[in-house]
Amino acid sequence: MTIGRRIAVTWLLFGAGAVVVCLVAPLVGSTSINLWRVFDSSIPFPDNTDAQIFFVARLPRVLAGALVGSSLAASGVVLQALLRNPLATPFTLGVSAGAALGAMLAITFNLSSGIAGFSAVPIASFAGSLGAMAIVYGLARARRSGLSTNVLLLAGVTLNSFFSALILFVQFLSDFTQTFRTVRWLMGDLDVSSYAPLIAALPPIGLSFAAFAVLPRRMNLLSISDESAASRGVDVHRTQRLAFLSASLATGAAVSLGGPVGFIGIVVPHLVRLMVGADHRLVLPASAFGGAAFLVACDSISRTALAPLEIPVGVVTAIIGGPFFLWLLIRHR
Amino acid sequence: MAAHTTSLIAVALLSLYAVSVTAQTRPQRIISIIPSVTEMLFAMGAGPRVVGVGNFDRYPPEALTRAKVGGLIDPDIERIISLKPDLVIVYGTQSDLRAQMERAGIPIFPYQHSGLADITQTIRELGTRVGRHRESTALAARIEADIADVRTRVSGRPRPRTLIVFGRDAETLRGIYASGAVGFLHDMLEAAGGANVFDDVKRQSIQTTSELAIARAPDVIIEIGAGTASASGRNLRAWDAIVAVPAVRNKRIYLLAGDGMMNPGPRISESVRRVAEVLHPDAFRK
Repeated sequence: MTIGRRIAVTWLLFGAGAVVVCLVAPLVGSTSINLWRVFDSSIPFPDNTDAQIFFVARLPRVLAGALVGSSLAASGVVLQALLRNPLATPFTLGVSAGAALGAMLAITFNLSSGIAGFSAVPIASFAGSLGAMAIVYGLARARRSGLSTNVLLLAGVTLNSFFSALILFVQFLSDFTQTFRTVRWLMGDLDVSSYAPLIAALPPIGLSFAAFAVLPRRMNLLSISDESAASRGVDVHRTQRLAFLSASLATGAAVSLGGPVGFIGIVVPHLVRLMVGADHRLVLPASAFGGAAFLVACDSISRTALAPLEIPVGVVTAIIGGPFFLWLLIRHR
Repeated sequence: MAAHTTSLIAVALLSLYAVSVTAQTRPQRIISIIPSVTEMLFAMGAGPRVVGVGNFDRYPPEALTRAKVGGLIDPDIERIISLKPDLVIVYGTQSDLRAQMERAGIPIFPYQHSGLADITQTIRELGTRVGRHRESTALAARIEADIADVRTRVSGRPRPRTLIVFGRDAETLRGIYASGAVGFLHDMLEAAGGANVFDDVKRQSIQTTSELAIARAPDVIIEIGAGTASASGRNLRAWDAIVAVPAVRNKRIYLLAGDGMMNPGPRISESVRRVAEVLHPDAFRK
């Protein structure tokens, strides 16, 4: 099969899988709803409880899951290629810790009045992720013209620990109920219950995916070595910059939308590689679709397993993702 | 030599006994870390003997003049011991603090939040412990009579299905925390003539999704805020997104601000009354 056909088949199969999961997910939940009533236009919307559960509670939530899942999985692929490290995740380079610090500050210092009708927490966490991204990027460029991936990795890991310490300090200053809310934020929550946060997250995620579209061929060459990529006409520095900035931007937007949901950025890319091989032209789109399907499915479990109580979605992804990843690890030895 | 040692031990034992007897009878230097208990002590007239309070104590204003000794998770043990207390009221989960106090020989009074009936029960026990038996009995009886009055006024009236929200992110329906079927918030609602929409969830609190809020279809939504600032920041119009809920359609969403609402202390009867007044305005018209 030619590569063109393989790309087309991958898009089709993984795309169809994601679409099916996203179509089924809004049908399940803690309450049973009548699908005929949902789409019955003879009942006015304010009186139609089923339609409101479907369109206000479930649909935005499923779409948020799809956006966050695909952003994190795709960012994972890009960062694993950039750092040539299979253990890299979207959270390796400090972006999510920056986002978490922003969210913690907003919750603790009660920026509760909101900014221009938006909740302050996602805005603060997105600002935090941009701050962390700028620091890591500045450090990695400080000593030479291109991006030093070693410095990138070390700066990211250090920044992660540093921000975690600041987060603990902020939590120490906050009172009990706020501490509870900050801890809950760290477990991830996709119940956005309106379309506004989705629309707000679309521009940065769209920009990142536009960058992801041009990356796969260059990443294939880069994953061998910088030199061989350069000899094949790849502008190594430009590609590294693009990869780092787009993956960080997508991660920052995803985390400010749904919280730092773990394991997606590492489990989904590896699972996808088992199915389609290592070619980034296949791995990247398959991971984006797979991440969407995986997170939406996990969120459906979180909504229904203990209803009316809800298991935080980050707990579900960790319970499924952790053991699975360990299995991958020993299987590859 | 042996006689000397024996008499030393006897003196030590005697003084220990004397200390414990005085502590048992009437403590003179009391420390309370929990806001509701601090309020109880002041309300029963033991305020002058309170030497240390928790960092989150706000009421009565007098309490703010006392030394601050930390909070629930980070009590400042050095500070507590240096204040030379003869009674420390500890929260039930503060097992470290409890052990340290026992090692230092400082008497403790363990306390834990639970239902509405436990509040007056605690007031009585605490009053006996600090030598304010008569005052605390009167205080508890007054609170019980006030709550009974509310119960009488609302009895026989339809009980609106109510969602009690005690936490929500600003401007959105995210991060909604509501009262489950256990604890003083639930009891307060029940005494005020309401029915909890989550009376099947046997927990103190439940994180509510927008789906649950729509599906449970509360007739009334009451948001309570610990502080006025955080409460006013919570825009009630965010609820308009789920207009299928009767409370939203009939504009029966209320904000009850003030730190007393979240505090299971002596002001509880006022809180019960405030809830009853929004649930059954007719019952309170003169």
